[in-house]
Amino acid sequence: MAEITVQGLKKYFGDFAAVHDSSFRVHDGEFFVMLGPSGCGKTTTLRMIAGLELPSEGRILLDGEDVTWLRAARRDIAFVFQLFALYPHMNVRRNISFPLRMEHVKRAEIRRRVDEVADLLRIGHLLDKPVGGLSSGDRQRVALGRAIIRRAKAFLFDEPLGALDAEFRDLMREELRQLHDRIGATSVYVTHDQIEAMSMADRICVMERGKVLQVGTPMDIYNRPKTRFVAGFIGSPSMNFLPAGGGLPKGAEEIRVNGARLKMPRLREPLDAPEAEIGIRPEHIRLAQDGPLRGRVFAVEYTGASQLVTVDTPAGRLKVRAGNTQRIDEDETVGLTPDPRRIVVFDPRDERALDSGLFGEDGHE
Amino acid sequence: MTANTNKAFSVSEASGRSKAIAGALVILYALVTMIPLAWIFLTGFKSPPDSIAYPPKVVFTPSLEGYVNLFTTRSRQTPEYLESLGPPRTWYDKLVRERNMVITGPSRYKDRYVNSLVIGFGSTFLAVFLGTLAAYGFSRFKVPLKDDLLFFILSTRMMPPIAVAIPIYLMYRQLGLSDTWLGMILLYTAVNVSLAVWLLKGFVDEIPREYEEAAVIDGYSRFQAFIKVVLPQMRAGIAATAIFCLIFAWNEYAFALLLTSGTAQTAPPFIPQIIGEGGLDWPAVAAGTTLFLVPIVFFTVLLRNQLLRGITFGAVRK
Repeated sequence: MAEITVQGLKKYFGDFAAVHDSSFRVHDGEFFVMLGPSGCGKTTTLRMIAGLELPSEGRILLDGEDVTWLRAARRDIAFVFQLFALYPHMNVRRNISFPLRMEHVKRAEIRRRVDEVADLLRIGHLLDKPVGGLSSGDRQRVALGRAIIRRAKAFLFDEPLGALDAEFRDLMREELRQLHDRIGATSVYVTHDQIEAMSMADRICVMERGKVLQVGTPMDIYNRPKTRFVAGFIGSPSMNFLPAGGGLPKGAEEIRVNGARLKMPRLREPLDAPEAEIGIRPEHIRLAQDGPLRGRVFAVEYTGASQLVTVDTPAGRLKVRAGNTQRIDEDETVGLTPDPRRIVVFDPRDERALDSGLFGEDGHE
Repeated sequence: MTANTNKAFSVSEASGRSKAIAGALVILYALVTMIPLAWIFLTGFKSPPDSIAYPPKVVFTPSLEGYVNLFTTRSRQTPEYLESLGPPRTWYDKLVRERNMVITGPSRYKDRYVNSLVIGFGSTFLAVFLGTLAAYGFSRFKVPLKDDLLFFILSTRMMPPIAVAIPIYLMYRQLGLSDTWLGMILLYTAVNVSLAVWLLKGFVDEIPREYEEAAVIDGYSRFQAFIKVVLPQMRAGIAATAIFCLIFAWNEYAFALLLTSGTAQTAPPFIPQIIGEGGLDWPAVAAGTTLFLVPIVFFTVLLRNQLLRGITFGAVRK
């Protein structure tokens, strides 16, 4: 069990900065997910925590101890690889016991612990099989078994579900989270799949182009994105963005969008740029004839639980999630009312979200 | 009609006719390559007159004379002297006396064979050992001038080795390596190691790094990870490479002829010099060749599963 602290971590591959200035803290026993598009530096960060890459700058602390330059073998960390990396020349039992055999644990003890882990993962019947013939779900379980048998301080997962079929992925997601709750070890989990991140994480760290953009609970990340990238990356369909008028004083509660005035959470900082951008999620827009925005229905997608309505307004194209009972026809003109508590205002110059009432009532998060 | 068209263009299943053609070609090729071997094998069991009979004899009375001549030296004696020796003590004594000869001692075939074994296997081991380490290094580490070094290693194969025969001959004479086991082992290793590095690098490249990383995280050192995780997965590649190296070192003729004469001579230059009465002793030559083929056949059969995987490496993803 351990706390992981990453301070000002940087990694260059030649001229290319894979990670620049990553800092965050993973609490003891937390399930911490690093989320971002491919190439954003999340895997590189994870590999630096593991000791498989050495950082160009910065420090990594494990339970307060500086492990930045410590060999991977000495860090007492377990790592689950995307393609499992099960040794093809060993059977399941030998794969799982591999870390223990290094530590010269007694044979009887190894046997007992392998059986214990196999029970936990329900792979007891596979122990004497070669790993070659296993299904991908079982391979995943064996890889997990090899990781947990050592009772390491922390677990690192590099897109462990990426190689599984869709149906298995849902199952393993649940199993993984349950396993974490049972063992309670600090886990850092890298993925590009927002559903995995949202459903499993205690906290999510969103990265893009080598930078940490936001760290927070799934709810925080979803409802209070701190940058336009985070807002657009999380959520499916993604957040609607509309150009808006800038030059807003501190304390403003209204914003101009294409002539209309929309209510929004009270700004706690001024915006001196002449232009702004607002973001609003599809489910936070209501179809209402008297709405401040009006537009023509371009398309309707019925998804069962709800329907997704695409509306062309003079301000731009918006997606709206509407109830499944309402009948909406294409080419119909509709009014739209965004939820005034849910609007995020971005400064278009640095794509940062402006501090407002959205981020907690009294300026606290 | 449609069914026929489908069949003709199927990539997964060959039609009956193309299977038959393929089978016939394989058999034809096998015959072409096997007939000389079969002829050598048969000649080993012919008597000297049968071996040079014209038209060639396919049906003959088998004789072990070739093998006896291969392993012995003999001298011709008068019938009176042979009488005085009393009855022959062994079956090969008897065989030799039928040609009015007595065995005067063992031939040097056995020594040459031992030389071949030592030099062949020694150089193969050394080439594969060095090749494995070098291939791993080239595949996994940042080596300065890696591409140039690899090209240089490959370039040593671009000329026939015999092109450097004279410099090597002179160097070996200076260094005292002529006609020694060590000299021949070093020479064959030097020729084979480039092949070994390139072949084995292909195999190491195919082994994902994650295996070693997993082992390193689990507490193993880099070298332990190499031994426990990488090496077992290179088995097929090592087997295939070893066979190729062994075949080269075993069959090498030109350098062996040039650099060895007495103590370290290998079998290839020795076998064609087996002289019988009135010229070459063809049955003995054929017998020597047959026995000379045994280790390679044995090894190839032993490693055939690995070899098949090894030779098709890179063609099929695991």
